[in-house]
Amino acid sequence: MTRRFSWFNATSLTLGFAFLYLPMVILVIYSFNASRLVTVWAGFSTKWYGELLRNEAFLKAAWVTLKVALLSSTLATVLGTMAAYALVRAGRFPGRTLFSGMIYAPLVMPEVITGLSLLLLFIAIGLDRGVLTIVLAHTTFSMCYVSVVVSARLVSFDRSLEEAALDLGCTPFDAFRSVTLPIIAPAVISGWLLAFTLSLDDLVIASFTAGPSSTTLPIKIFSAVRLGVSPEINALSSILILIVTVGVVSAALVSKRTILRREAEARKARRQ
Amino acid sequence: MSIRRIAIVAIPYLWLLALFLVPFAIVVKISLSDAALAIPPYVPTLDLSAGLEGVKEFFAGLDFENFVFLTEDELYWRAYLSSLKIALLSTALTLLVGYPIAYGMSRAPSEWRPTLMMLVILPFWTSFLIRVYAWIGILSNEGFLNQLLLWSGLITEPLTLLNTNFAVYVGIVYTYLPFMILPIYATLEKLDESLLEAAEDLGCSRLSSFWTVTLPLSRPGVIAGCFLVFIPAIGEFVIPSLLGGSETLMIGKVLWEEFFSNRDWPVASAVAVILLLVLVIPIILFQRNEQKQQEADQ
Repeated sequence: MTRRFSWFNATSLTLGFAFLYLPMVILVIYSFNASRLVTVWAGFSTKWYGELLRNEAFLKAAWVTLKVALLSSTLATVLGTMAAYALVRAGRFPGRTLFSGMIYAPLVMPEVITGLSLLLLFIAIGLDRGVLTIVLAHTTFSMCYVSVVVSARLVSFDRSLEEAALDLGCTPFDAFRSVTLPIIAPAVISGWLLAFTLSLDDLVIASFTAGPSSTTLPIKIFSAVRLGVSPEINALSSILILIVTVGVVSAALVSKRTILRREAEARKARRQ
Repeated sequence: MSIRRIAIVAIPYLWLLALFLVPFAIVVKISLSDAALAIPPYVPTLDLSAGLEGVKEFFAGLDFENFVFLTEDELYWRAYLSSLKIALLSTALTLLVGYPIAYGMSRAPSEWRPTLMMLVILPFWTSFLIRVYAWIGILSNEGFLNQLLLWSGLITEPLTLLNTNFAVYVGIVYTYLPFMILPIYATLEKLDESLLEAAEDLGCSRLSSFWTVTLPLSRPGVIAGCFLVFIPAIGEFVIPSLLGGSETLMIGKVLWEEFFSNRDWPVASAVAVILLLVLVIPIILFQRNEQKQQEADQ
């Protein structure tokens, strides 16, 4: 007997995915509405996209957001990978429990608390709020996500490969670069992507740590949305949805191709 | 230990100490201070130039006044309780919506499954803020849903849906659904087919084999999913402030307003400390569940 895919299963999948996707589809459709009243359809138009591109404030915020996301995700990847190494490989060291606690706690910490505490720190040490403070804040919470992703990979990693490289005369750094890094690379890359999206997406922590000259896109969107629905925000959201969709779908296709190629190689190897 | 090894531990360690633990200690300290019309707006501030006397004076100025204030003011009690209520109810609703989807995915032909997985994960990568915003356009008085209902003749006047607790529930279920589906799907996918065959051979109907075999075996996934929704939902800020109304009382929103509107930093800090204490219990339970799961897998 194989698993039966019943009518009930088909219905719940259809309704479930409709629930997940319809709101976004409606949002994208209304971004092409000619009327300023977002909910009244007045014909097809792309004028809101044009308005958006002429909106200096949005463009400036987008640039700040991108800068923060690039800097913080890169820094978080380096720190998070080191933290994963420390957790999985360094063995016992003083204060290890505290360290692993500090890695896991930010994952469940409400954003309002993280934001508030960092802001109070920046004020206490007299650091002016701006791009730097947002980068510090984002790096801190996203390095924890990176280290969770990378340490999962490090745990399942065959250490004898590294030992073989060391036996064959590699320095520890060479062994890391030519053996360990290529193996953990997929986890490091997905950690970076995760940190990058978390930073792009963050409203709460950025609101606490941003200064007046460093407004990010989510802060801008949030203050516009509080006043109600606006067609420019619909256009902006549609662009962001498009970027994410293209990114995720192509990543899925690439990883599928890699798996297929690996399977083909494995088959070839068995035949020989 | 070589210098390099020490650096690998020390750098992230120091980073987290400076930017996670120290800030939290500052929150605790300020929660024990008093609000003041000063910059920064609280007293006492630690004056190290006065030496030991300054430290003594500083500690003498700390008290639990803000916590007493929180227990006396009904607003905070109501906000904590209503956050818990909203989080619990929306977790239950997310489970009701998410379980059939995860079940359907696990039953789908295996060549569909990677695509279905991707479709569940995709919204997770899309901006949280945008997904909440999408519902404003649907639920508002002139929104999509009201227009649809008016057009179909089911209602004659638009319903007030936006800025109500109902909208908050819809928002939480919608944005946290992937967190519920993925762990449940993971346990259902591993389920041993032969157990179901055995149940049916022994005369179980499909429904009763679901109740007696599938549902109990998917329990770890259900528990993990519920915690993944419940824990962040308690401290949620974006959803209640965009979709909720004046009746919606959630602690994340109270903290935000206490800080940004009232500029009462000591009370905001005290709210944060209590919120964390409320969260400690579900977090410990969640970790126990994860550990048990890992041991069972080995």
